[in-house]
Amino acid sequence: MATVSLKKLTKRYGNMEIVHGIDLDIADREFIALVGPSGCGKSTTLRMIAGLEDISGGNIDIDGRVVNDLPPRSRNISMVFQSYALYPHMTVRENLGFSLKIAGAAKDDMDRRVAEASAILGLDELLERRPSQLSGGQRQRVAMGRAIVRDPDVFLFDEPLSNLDAKLRTQMRTEIKKLHAKVKSTVIYVTHDQVEAMTLADRIVIMRSGYIEQVGTPDEVFSRPATRFVAGFIGSPPMNLHEATVSDGRLVFSGGDSLPLPGQFKSKTAAGDKVVFGIRPDDFYPTGHGLSSGGETEVHRVDLPVSITEPLGNETLVFAEFNGVDWVSRMLNPKPLKAGDRIGMSFDLSRAHLFSAETGKSLRN
Amino acid sequence: MMDENASARLIRRTLTVAHRIGLFLAMLLICLPGIWIVLSSLRPTVEIMAKPPVWIPQELSFDAYVAMFSGIGKGGIPVLDYFRNSLIISVTSTVIAVAIGMAGGYAFARYRFRGKSGMFLGLMLTRTVPGIAMSLPLFFVYARLGIIDTHFGMILAYVALNIPFTIWLIDGFFRQVPKDLAEAAQIDGCTRWQAFWQVEFPLARPGIASAAIFAFLTCWNEFALASQLTRSVNSKTLPVGLLDYTAEFTIDWRGMCALAVVMIIPALTLTYIVQKHLVGGLTSGAVKG
Repeated sequence: MATVSLKKLTKRYGNMEIVHGIDLDIADREFIALVGPSGCGKSTTLRMIAGLEDISGGNIDIDGRVVNDLPPRSRNISMVFQSYALYPHMTVRENLGFSLKIAGAAKDDMDRRVAEASAILGLDELLERRPSQLSGGQRQRVAMGRAIVRDPDVFLFDEPLSNLDAKLRTQMRTEIKKLHAKVKSTVIYVTHDQVEAMTLADRIVIMRSGYIEQVGTPDEVFSRPATRFVAGFIGSPPMNLHEATVSDGRLVFSGGDSLPLPGQFKSKTAAGDKVVFGIRPDDFYPTGHGLSSGGETEVHRVDLPVSITEPLGNETLVFAEFNGVDWVSRMLNPKPLKAGDRIGMSFDLSRAHLFSAETGKSLRN
Repeated sequence: MMDENASARLIRRTLTVAHRIGLFLAMLLICLPGIWIVLSSLRPTVEIMAKPPVWIPQELSFDAYVAMFSGIGKGGIPVLDYFRNSLIISVTSTVIAVAIGMAGGYAFARYRFRGKSGMFLGLMLTRTVPGIAMSLPLFFVYARLGIIDTHFGMILAYVALNIPFTIWLIDGFFRQVPKDLAEAAQIDGCTRWQAFWQVEFPLARPGIASAAIFAFLTCWNEFALASQLTRSVNSKTLPVGLLDYTAEFTIDWRGMCALAVVMIIPALTLTYIVQKHLVGGLTSGAVKG
């Protein structure tokens, strides 16, 4: 088990810089999720840690050892690929034992470790089959088994669940979480799915075009997004984000509608500032149908027309028109609504976010 | 309704029968020359030359085969020498062409380098030149180098002839092996070299086997170049040996057919042995499915 530390890690292809000198310290046994849209550099970063891509600058340090130029086999890592990458000409048993065979392990040691891994992942029945005879979920488990068998310092996961259907994905997510609890190792997990990141990780690293936007616990990145990008990326449905101008203690939107400037931002803005106002669907709700935490101190109520509704059973997403555009709100204890109905909506402004329109940074701090 | 189903069934059966008859005729057409050669090697020249043709052989004998092996002066030809030459030249040049084809095919499939597509196109273009067109220039060059009528010269020519083809074929098979597999093997502790031999090579084996068969058969059957570049028992191959049965005014068709059968047998055996490696679809199940 080991710590991983990235210092000014850079990747260039020719003149194109893909990863711009990122710094990240990962603690021993920590589960870190790298998340971001496609092309943000998260997979490249993972592949650099694995040793599958050369680094163009900076340092990668695994357990206090600089591994910049070491080949993958000398880093004591294992990796689960998005495509599973099982060896099709070998049985499941041979797939699991391959790394041990290459390392020249003794036969009985090999059998024991393969048996352990297969027991953890419930692969006993499948050991003599070939990958082509397995279902997607089974292949995924074999790929994880192959990673466990090596007893590595660091586990790397490259979007391991994105080839599975929704139901299986949820199931495997739980299995990965259990697995981490069992094998207690450092995990770096790349995904573009923020739900996976939120549910699995101790800390989330949100990346965008080769930069780290924010590093924090799931709660931190959800409740205190450092940038407008993080605010929009984390959370489902996403946060309502709209540009506004500060004027006379109010936020005036482009369409002319306005909201009171939330109290916590009064000292941080000046008249004429261009800002981005953000509010989560949970904090903007049909009056009486929100999370009644009792702590709402700064609620602004307004009647708005409903444009559409998306019933989800236990709750309904209500799209209400404000300032000429639809804002999504979450309605708990839903009651039937029709498009065109006017209903009372509440903005819990104490939980609203404000970002600089220019830099995208949160104005909270 | 019943009638519709019955007639549909009838049509399907008729089509199946027609299909089989068609296949039989096609196979017959393909096999007939081979069968005719075998038959002709067993019957006297009068019967072979008879007009109208004698379809059903009247008498069969192995005289031609016996004569072939009875040595010079007794109607024989140095068939063992020819056979040895053919074997040495074909096997050696196949091994070299496949080895280079593997290296080249792998490079084209896996690496990016300057001038890659141009080089690939260039290799393919060499295939458009007919072998016979090269025989005269090659003869001059070989004559200057003094490598006419040597194994080395023949091997060199055949290696050059086969490389573009083996590279092209093997490249296609390596392309089908997902890159992730070699990376997974490296993570699992392999060197780049081990990853190739343990994972990528076994998966591309069907392609390499077919490249080997094709290369071998090309060398084994090649006549145009060999007839120019060989002179004596030092390097004459079996196809060139067939010419020994032609004299100024006569052609010994029976002997020629017998030698052709002798030539076909090893090629057929080899193809039979190698074809079990030709099972495709080995990569299925490697990635996403």
